[in-house]
Amino acid sequence: MNCIIILLIYVLGAVATLASNSKNAAKIALVTSLINAVIALVLTGEYLNGNDISFTQQWISNPNISLSFVVDGLSLTMLLLTTLLLPIIILASFNTLYSKANQLYSLVLFMAFAMAGTFLAQDGLVYYIFWELALLPIFFIGLLWGSDEWKVRKRVMVTFFMYTFAGSLFMLAAFAYLYTLTGSFAWSDLSKAVLSTKEANYIFLAFFLAYGIKIPVFPFHTWQANTYEKSPTIGTMLLSGIMLKMGVYSILRWQMPIAGNVSENILKTVIIFCIIGIIYASLIALRSNNLKRLLAYSSMAHVGLVAAGAYVGNSTGYQGAIIQMVGHGFVMVGLFYLADIISKRYDTYEIKEMGGIRSQAPKFTTFFLIILFASIGLPGTFGFIGEFTLLFALSEKELLYAVFAGTSIILGAYYMLKMFQNAVLGSTQNKVFAEVTTKEYFVLAVICVVLIGLGIYPKLLTDLFIQ
Amino acid sequence: MSTLIALASLAVLILVLEIFNLRKTIVPLTLVGLLVALGLNICDFNSIDSFYNNMIVVNKSTVLFNSLFIVLTFFIVALGQSFYKEQYDKISDYTSLKIFLLIGAYCMISFGNLVMFFLGLEILSITLYILAGSDRTNIKSNEAGMKYFLMGSFASGFILFGIALIYGATASFDLDQIVLASTQLAMPKWFTVGFTLMLVGLLFKIAAFPFHFWAPDVYQGSPLLTTTTMSTLAKVAAVAAFYKLSVVFFPAMPTNFVNLIAFLIVATLIIGNIMALKQNNIKRLMAYSGISHAGFMLMAILLGKTAEPYLFYYMTAYAIAGIAAFSVILYVCQDKKEELVIHFRGFAKHKPVLAVTLSLALLSMAGIPILAGFFGKLFLFTEALKQGFYITVITAVITSIISIYYYIKVIIVMFTYKNADANTVYQKNFMYSAVAVAAIIINLVIGFCPSIIIDLF
Repeated sequence: MNCIIILLIYVLGAVATLASNSKNAAKIALVTSLINAVIALVLTGEYLNGNDISFTQQWISNPNISLSFVVDGLSLTMLLLTTLLLPIIILASFNTLYSKANQLYSLVLFMAFAMAGTFLAQDGLVYYIFWELALLPIFFIGLLWGSDEWKVRKRVMVTFFMYTFAGSLFMLAAFAYLYTLTGSFAWSDLSKAVLSTKEANYIFLAFFLAYGIKIPVFPFHTWQANTYEKSPTIGTMLLSGIMLKMGVYSILRWQMPIAGNVSENILKTVIIFCIIGIIYASLIALRSNNLKRLLAYSSMAHVGLVAAGAYVGNSTGYQGAIIQMVGHGFVMVGLFYLADIISKRYDTYEIKEMGGIRSQAPKFTTFFLIILFASIGLPGTFGFIGEFTLLFALSEKELLYAVFAGTSIILGAYYMLKMFQNAVLGSTQNKVFAEVTTKEYFVLAVICVVLIGLGIYPKLLTDLFIQ
Repeated sequence: MSTLIALASLAVLILVLEIFNLRKTIVPLTLVGLLVALGLNICDFNSIDSFYNNMIVVNKSTVLFNSLFIVLTFFIVALGQSFYKEQYDKISDYTSLKIFLLIGAYCMISFGNLVMFFLGLEILSITLYILAGSDRTNIKSNEAGMKYFLMGSFASGFILFGIALIYGATASFDLDQIVLASTQLAMPKWFTVGFTLMLVGLLFKIAAFPFHFWAPDVYQGSPLLTTTTMSTLAKVAAVAAFYKLSVVFFPAMPTNFVNLIAFLIVATLIIGNIMALKQNNIKRLMAYSGISHAGFMLMAILLGKTAEPYLFYYMTAYAIAGIAAFSVILYVCQDKKEELVIHFRGFAKHKPVLAVTLSLALLSMAGIPILAGFFGKLFLFTEALKQGFYITVITAVITSIISIYYYIKVIIVMFTYKNADANTVYQKNFMYSAVAVAAIIINLVIGFCPSIIIDLF
């Protein structure tokens, strides 16, 4: 079997969803994503058996561009994350009745197609194309189905679009420059390119603009909280669960191998920015009253740590970043789903107006607690393994980095537990909070099983990319 | 050459049909005639030939550029069927004028002699002056025609004076002779002055800084279909002619001439994109967007001979996207007095396919991947970086970022405003929709497989 099948199925699914009516759209999308999840698992099996599942085909002869999709441990892990999270995200969206659902789910599948393509592509230009294609659907999802009145929404989404587009154009310029040096866009050629420190610096910075904005790394984060807040839940899940992983993945795949020759000062500055971002986002999260915004900033804090680890550039950092990307994806989808459930019952995201859920919905509280613990990295959950590896990688580079980055765990525990206390515990309010439905139970259970299962036996995942 | 004769006969035939009162058959016959001309043109693909003492030359690149012009004219004539519905008694004039315009464009790329170039330029310009002022009862159209005529004839004057000086330096109008003279003999000062004067005129014709001021006003005042013609066919024809001349003259210019062109590109890109941000009239917006694209196309001129396939690709992508965009604009604004962006409110709800078409066309111009415009920009950037024009490329990248804002503004207006006037009724119009969809399909196809065009050279 070939990895390109996944891309084809997503496109076909997107077309089929668009052609269907609003009622069946969600179901078709779910089926498509489930098929792809199964195929991804089959592909993993084939990959582990040593079969070749890559696809390469010349596309344009001048300039030399080929449609090359190569599977290795890193891209396979990201592919698994995408294909396995998507059914969960779609299932989680069943709570909400969206108008024009066929268009929405078609965009969702198209975005999954673009993201899967980004993770698989091994030709710089094809990778860039998928990278940009992923931006359009999420822009329209946020613009057309988002919350708040459309003028505010428009401003937020246009900022988001302009910001990320601006960053990626510099990446394109970097690729074009690399092409003039090597005569090829293929990863295998680009990573072998010999760059002087000066060239490497410019290319590193051009890539950093693209990835720093996407992840986002301080000080390029200003679009993030607003976009997360105004997007519909399904959009927020896609953004935080999968899309921002594109940035970290790209650091590991493109930026560090190609521009690894970058001067130490720039690398240090970038890592320090990541760490500033961790502390800064944690402090804002502490003061947030809006559940969605709090989660957005907590996401930024966690991803800052992942990015810092990725920029360390040693193998520990590499592994830690991949582990934490997977962990963070499941945790964020889980947390945003929980927030969505609360907001459906209480009709608000304001933490002040919540409270007393525990006595009314013990199952919900249990799930919340498990995912929350995974988010703050409690041992036994998958979050712990990722955070620990990343901090270890930072300490290998410089102990002080690890010390400062480590505050994220303390602060994270503080703001998350404080939020939990205010939102879920406390005295019972007048409002009724219904216990989770079967569907919600199922989604949350799957996420919890993944988080605890991989927390206890991470080898299942790490075998993919540690030889 | 047979193409040129066929086109000329076609233009006359259209006028004759009017005499015999066969008005209804004019547009279909013209379309067929254009297809025939396209076929004749493609037949010459592998031949290298020259006619009338090297007045007209035929080779692969002229055939390709001419094919693009013919295809664009085909679309424009097809749009005219609906556009001139209210003055259908004049359809023969309008249609034949467009064919004459095409003949001008043909001469502007197939010339082997500067005299032929000037003739082509004048044929193209004069038809455009007429078309710009063709909405007689509209004061704005009169203004546009007058403005364009006055400034355009000045520009033609510059070009003519430049040609005269070049003749003075080389004693020939023939391109081959000029190349021969300029490479072998020491050229007097006025050779450079001559080409600089031509440069002024050419910059005016393609609407590049600092001679771009006419474009927004003339685009706005002209009838919408004339604006379409100006921003697609006339623009790419002028750029193609400029490119052909630059290949001949640039090697003979002083070394810092390249810096001048690079500066003009940077300024054109910045002016075009910044000014477009605040426009609320879609025609003016497209005018400024056209100015910025002229900047991109000038990049190919800077890069010289190797950039020819890339320039051709960029032109095709730009012009085809322009046709698609303007067809939808025609559709929306068909009975509006002014073409404001707010008229597009809620358009997506009424006509989702056309709204998507316009979005794709604008995104192609903005350079979003997989659409043809993206590859156009990419090819130019890669080639420019190869030749070391870093600052030009960085400016182009930054202005591309700016440009996305005004394109996306139009798209957002179409998709979000729910409360379009409830009583807005969009008249059905098969021709506009058909042309828009056909053009965008071409754009997508050459976006998916850029090799189709690049490998032709």
